Amino acid sequence: MRVLMFGWEFPPHIAGGLGTACKGIVEGLAANGVETLFVMPNASGDEDQSCTRILNASDVAVENVSSTVDEFLDKVKFINVDSNIVPYVDPDEYFEAIERMKKEKKTTTTIGFGQKFKFSGKYGANLMEEVSRYAQVGGTIAMEHIDEFDVIHAHDWLTYLAGIAAKELTGKPLVVHVHATSYDRGSDDMVDTRVLAIETRGMQAADRVVTVSDLTRNIVINRYHIDPAKVVTVHNAVDFSGRENLTVERGVKDKVVTFLGRITFQKGPEYFIEAAAKVLKRTKNVRFVMAGSGDMMNRAISQVARLGIADRFHFTGFLRGQDVQKMFALSDVYIMPSVSEPFGISPLEAMRSNVPSIISHQSGAAEVLKYALKVDFWDVDALADDIYALLQYPVLAEFATKQGFDEVNELKWNGACAKLKKVYESLV
Amino acid sequence: MKKSVCLYFQVNQPTGLRLYRFFDIGKDSHYYDDYANRTAVKKAAQNCYLPMNEIILDAIKKTKGKFKVAFSISGSTLELLDRYAPEVIESFRALAQTGSVEFLCETYYNSLASVGPESEFKLQVMKHKEAVKAFFGVEPVTFRNTELIYSDSIGAQLYEMGFKTILAEGARHILGWKSANYVYNNDLKEAQKVLFRNYSLSDDLSFRFSDRNWSEWPLTAEKYTNWLESAEGDVLNIFMDYENLGSHQGAETGILEFMKDLPAEVLGRKTLDFQTPSEIAKKHASVGEISVPQPTSWADEERDLTAWLGNELQQEAFNKVYALQEKLSILDDAALWADYGHLQESQNFYYMSTKFFTTGQVERKDSPYNTPYEAFINFMNVLSDFNIRVNNAIAEK
Repeated sequence: MRVLMFGWEFPPHIAGGLGTACKGIVEGLAANGVETLFVMPNASGDEDQSCTRILNASDVAVENVSSTVDEFLDKVKFINVDSNIVPYVDPDEYFEAIERMKKEKKTTTTIGFGQKFKFSGKYGANLMEEVSRYAQVGGTIAMEHIDEFDVIHAHDWLTYLAGIAAKELTGKPLVVHVHATSYDRGSDDMVDTRVLAIETRGMQAADRVVTVSDLTRNIVINRYHIDPAKVVTVHNAVDFSGRENLTVERGVKDKVVTFLGRITFQKGPEYFIEAAAKVLKRTKNVRFVMAGSGDMMNRAISQVARLGIADRFHFTGFLRGQDVQKMFALSDVYIMPSVSEPFGISPLEAMRSNVPSIISHQSGAAEVLKYALKVDFWDVDALADDIYALLQYPVLAEFATKQGFDEVNELKWNGACAKLKKVYESLV
Repeated sequence: MKKSVCLYFQVNQPTGLRLYRFFDIGKDSHYYDDYANRTAVKKAAQNCYLPMNEIILDAIKKTKGKFKVAFSISGSTLELLDRYAPEVIESFRALAQTGSVEFLCETYYNSLASVGPESEFKLQVMKHKEAVKAFFGVEPVTFRNTELIYSDSIGAQLYEMGFKTILAEGARHILGWKSANYVYNNDLKEAQKVLFRNYSLSDDLSFRFSDRNWSEWPLTAEKYTNWLESAEGDVLNIFMDYENLGSHQGAETGILEFMKDLPAEVLGRKTLDFQTPSEIAKKHASVGEISVPQPTSWADEERDLTAWLGNELQQEAFNKVYALQEKLSILDDAALWADYGHLQESQNFYYMSTKFFTTGQVERKDSPYNTPYEAFINFMNVLSDFNIRVNNAIAEK
C-alpha cells in the first residue's frame, strides 16, 4: 500500500499540532507496512525522512496538464486573499499574526503556468492564496508520481483542494482527514464561510472522511451533511518515546491546578475560573494557574478580579518549549474544560507528566481516556467537585496519576494507523 | 430418594445516594436520592415482585404446599418496600403464612461486612434476623451472604451465630471435579452444611432464557424439567436475583409463563420434588467437606471479590468506612447508625469498579454514575460529611 499525502507542516518546524500528528501518522503507517510520499508547501530539508519521503511543493513548477484540470484550477485560483483567514487549529502565533497581517499590504495575484512558487507554509496573510496555489502544485505532483501511490490522503482544509486536484487528475481514491472543523474554531455565527466552502467541497469529493473523534464525526455528518457510511473515526495517538519527565523545585507549598491552552471561547476558560472560585470558597491551600494567551484573556482577568480570587489565581501568558513541561511538573491537577475540542492532546501530555486530568465530555480525548475525570464543560459544580476531590482524597489522585500514566503510554500511532490502513484497503 | 429442587431468590434494592457535592459537606446530611429509589422500587414491584409472588402463591395453593421456595430480602430493601410499596410486604407475608416459603438471613444492609470487622458483621446479621422476625413472624435459620460471598472462616463465624446451613457459589475453582448437586460441609465446622449454587442451571433461567441466539431457545418448562431430571446428584440449587423474573427479563420474554408452568411440571415427575434450604440440610447428609480459604462470590467469571474491592479507590473507600466503626461503637444515635449501614451497601463499592475497562468500554451501563471516579468522589463527599457528624457527636458526649 502506497499513499500520496498532502500536509501543511512537518516537524521540526511547526506552528500547530497538525505537523506533529502527521509525523505520528507516517511513522505509524510505516510500522504497518504502508509507504507514504509526503507533500508539504515549504520543506526546510531538516525533516526526519526515516519513515516517509518528503516532497517540497516550493520546488515544483505548475504545469498545464489537462483541460479539465484547467477548469478546476480556474475555480480555485482567484480566491481573494484580502482578508484574515482563520488558521488551522492551535497556532498560538496566530494572535500576533493577525496584528502583523493588519499592517501588511495584501495583493491579489494570478498564477502563471510554468512557474515555481515559494510557499511560506505558515498561517499568514497569504493563506488563501497559498492554499489555492498548493492545489495547482499538488495536481502537478500527483501526475509526476502517478505510478508511485494507490491512495491520496489530505490533512485538513488547507490541503483539501490539493487532494481534490490530485484525485481529478489521477482518478485515484481520496481520503480527507478532519483534524478540526470550522465549527470548532468559531461559534455558529462566526464561521469563516470560505473555509467552510473548502471543507465541504473536500469532504464531498472524498471517498472516505477520517475524523479524529466520534465528536468530530458527528459534526461532519450533521453540520456538513456527509453520508455517515463514508465517515470513519480514527482516534489520535501521541508519541512519547524518548521523553523524560522534568523535576522542578516548587516555590509554593500550595497545590496547583492548571489550565493550559489558548484563552479563547472554545477552550472554556470562564468555566475554569468559576470552578476555581467555588473551590476557593471551601479550601485555601490551592492556587490556580491559567497558562496561555488569546482573545479572551482580558475578559478572564476581569472575571478573576470580579470574583475576588486574584490572590490565588495566576496568569502566565503564552508558554513556549520547556516552559510547558515545567508548568506540568508544577501542577497537581490539569483541567481542559473545552466547549468543543476535536481531540485535545494536552491532557495526554499532562497525564504523561504524572498530572491527573479533568476533561470535558465535549472533547474527542474523552472518548479514549478511561482514567481522566470527565465533566460537561458547563457543569461548573461538577468541575469544582472533581478538583476538590483530587486535592482532598489523595488515593484518588494517586490512582488517576498512576493509571493515567500507563494509559497514555499505550495510546500509540501503530494502532491508529492499522485502522487507517484498513480504510485505504477498503478503497483499492 | 427424590432429587430436591431448591429455588432461592435474592430480593435487593439499593438505597442509592444522591448527587452529593463538596458544597454540601457540613451543611446537608440527607444522602439519598429518594425519588430515584422510589421509582426503582415501584418498578421492581410492578414488574417482578407482585406478579411473581402471585404466581408462587398460586402454585403453592394448587400443589397443596408441595411447591417451595426461599427468599432473602435485605433490611434496606424491607425499609424501601415498607416506605414505597407496602403491598409487596403484604404479599410476602401471605407467602410466609403458607409454610412453604423459607426466609433466609443476610447482612441487614446487603453489605461487605463479612470481610470487614467481625463485630459489625455480627451486628448486621442480628439486625436482619430481628427484621425478618418482625416482618414475617419466622426466625431465619439459613444464611445467604451478600452476593453469595463465602469462605471457611465466614461460615465458621456464622456457625457461632447459630446458622447450620449456608448458601455459596458453586465456583469451579473451589469445587474442582466435584458436583454442586450434593450437600457438603464447612471445612472448619463439620456440622455446618453448605449448599453450592448450580450456576449452569441457574443461569439457564436468569440469563439465557431470554437470549434468542441461545441454541436452546425457546426454553419450555418441560424441557427444563427434563434437564433437572437427568442431572446427577441429590440437590439442584437454583439461586438467582429475583428481578431476573420479570424485570431484567421482562414479561414479554415469557419468563412469567414459564414460572407458572414449572411447579406442576416438576411435581409431575416421580424423581423430583421441591425443598427449601433448611429442609435439604435436614434431609441430606454431607458427602464431605469443601475447603474455601479465600472468599468466593457469584460475580463475574472470577467468582471473587474484585468487583467490590478490586482497585485502590474501592479499598480506600472500604477502609475509610470501617475505620469509623470504633468511633461509632461508643455512640447510641439511631440516625447515625442507619446512615452508617446504608453507606456500607455493596453497590456503593461496585460502582467504583474499573474492571469493565478491560472490555474496552469507557462508560458503564449498570451504574447511575458515568465513571468510577464520579462514584468514588460522590461517596467520599458523603463520607466526609458523615465523618464530621460522628466527630461532632463524640465532642458533644
